[in-house]
Amino acid sequence: MRPLVVGTEALLLETDSAEEVAALHAELLRRRGELGGVRDIVPAARTVLLDGVADPAALGARIARWEVPAPAASEGPLVRVAVRYDGPDLAEVAALWGVGAQEVPAIVGGIAFRVAFCGFAPGFGYLTGLPARFHLPRRATPRTSVPAGSLALAGEYAGVYPRSSPGGWQLIGTTDAVVWDPAREPAALFAPGVRVRFEEVGA
Amino acid sequence: MSGLLVLRAGALTTVQDRGRPGLAHLGVPRSGALDAGARALANRLVGNAADAAVLETTLDGVALRARAPVTVAVTGAPCAVRVSGRPAAWGAPVRLRAGAELDVGRAESGLRSYVAVRGGFAVPPVLGSRSTDLLSGLGPAVLSAGTVLPVGGAWIGPVRGAGALGVPGPPSVLVLPLRLGPRADWFEAASIARLLRSPYRVSARSNRIGLRTEGGPRLARRRGGELPSEGMVLGAVQVPPDGLPVLFLADHPVTGGYPVLGVVPSGRPLNAAAQAVPGLEVRFVSA
Repeated sequence: MRPLVVGTEALLLETDSAEEVAALHAELLRRRGELGGVRDIVPAARTVLLDGVADPAALGARIARWEVPAPAASEGPLVRVAVRYDGPDLAEVAALWGVGAQEVPAIVGGIAFRVAFCGFAPGFGYLTGLPARFHLPRRATPRTSVPAGSLALAGEYAGVYPRSSPGGWQLIGTTDAVVWDPAREPAALFAPGVRVRFEEVGA
Repeated sequence: MSGLLVLRAGALTTVQDRGRPGLAHLGVPRSGALDAGARALANRLVGNAADAAVLETTLDGVALRARAPVTVAVTGAPCAVRVSGRPAAWGAPVRLRAGAELDVGRAESGLRSYVAVRGGFAVPPVLGSRSTDLLSGLGPAVLSAGTVLPVGGAWIGPVRGAGALGVPGPPSVLVLPLRLGPRADWFEAASIARLLRSPYRVSARSNRIGLRTEGGPRLARRRGGELPSEGMVLGAVQVPPDGLPVLFLADHPVTGGYPVLGVVPSGRPLNAAAQAVPGLEVRFVSA
């Protein structure tokens, strides 16, 4: 893990993998009290940003000495999301995976996803857990409008669109779960560290 | 009847307070007034807490009618202030009678004026803030004529007689102190040196998300490839593939995939950036 100072009050902790980010993020939340005040802890693809810290260089040196344990598979709250596999890209995704479309729900349903980080839009979680053989390219031409609640895949990630927006991910299904509601506590269903299981409606 | 009726919304007027810090991990931008110093001063003049919600105008001000007696103050970009057609003070508390019309004129220098009302603008908060976030769409809608803005109870002290004397006006050159990192090593050293001795200009494509630059040398990358998305801070100077630096302002995305050359500290430099009009000269200096 490499600490990189960002301006006068932030610190970027760089790792080599999504798994290391997950472990480091969990440890930072556990030991938040030792950080001496931090406004934002923002995990991303290979980094965790600590924003609003008093002395980023000293904090970075301190965290670099931490022993960061791998997180237990059962760590983090579990959210079950009901999905209808009715996405317009379902057949294409199945073809890319070399399976029949009817097998996709069982494949996706068998994966233990975890929210690695949020971005793109409020409440849009990037879910990791897809084995490498199921990683997918983005669509060559993004859609101008993807409906809210679309379950989508791209690269190493799965995600659910919190509201209707343009998007280039492959759409395999739909959920009625409200993944983002600023009037609700918590506003985001998919906060970093949350574990997610997709269950087929009626299955 | 209470509150203020919007008569003329102006080019882009939004409600802004201190925004939504602390929610970046959920994909929520910070938002908030771009010129935090002008917001705090406007609030102080009318006896509000420093982070009460104010109006942020863009270039051509705003006009409001008081539906009940209120005290207001205009700060930020200097401009003509009129009350029912008569000249009134900029940078000082102004009393409006019921029915009086406040006209905040076109910015004479700078870009964004701020209007505080004693008690604060009390539109419904979203995630603890009344700020309009133009990137993610959180918070109240951009002001439009006919909207009534409610007034709250966010005052904490008396109205101050002291005005905005001594507050520096918008500068003729925008100087941005740049602390290199975290991705300065993605760029040619000679190219960074060139950036630090060359003038740029503020691009007309700038907005609350970022101040774009043009007219200066393009940064040359010493390593290709893509940067996996990483957390972005307020004041980050990101360099997209065209090589022209973009300074991230309050509505910036929480993560980004272009390397950050350096960071401009918050406070005065970012307040000055909020007042930078298109075409203004920009200088990056090593900090």
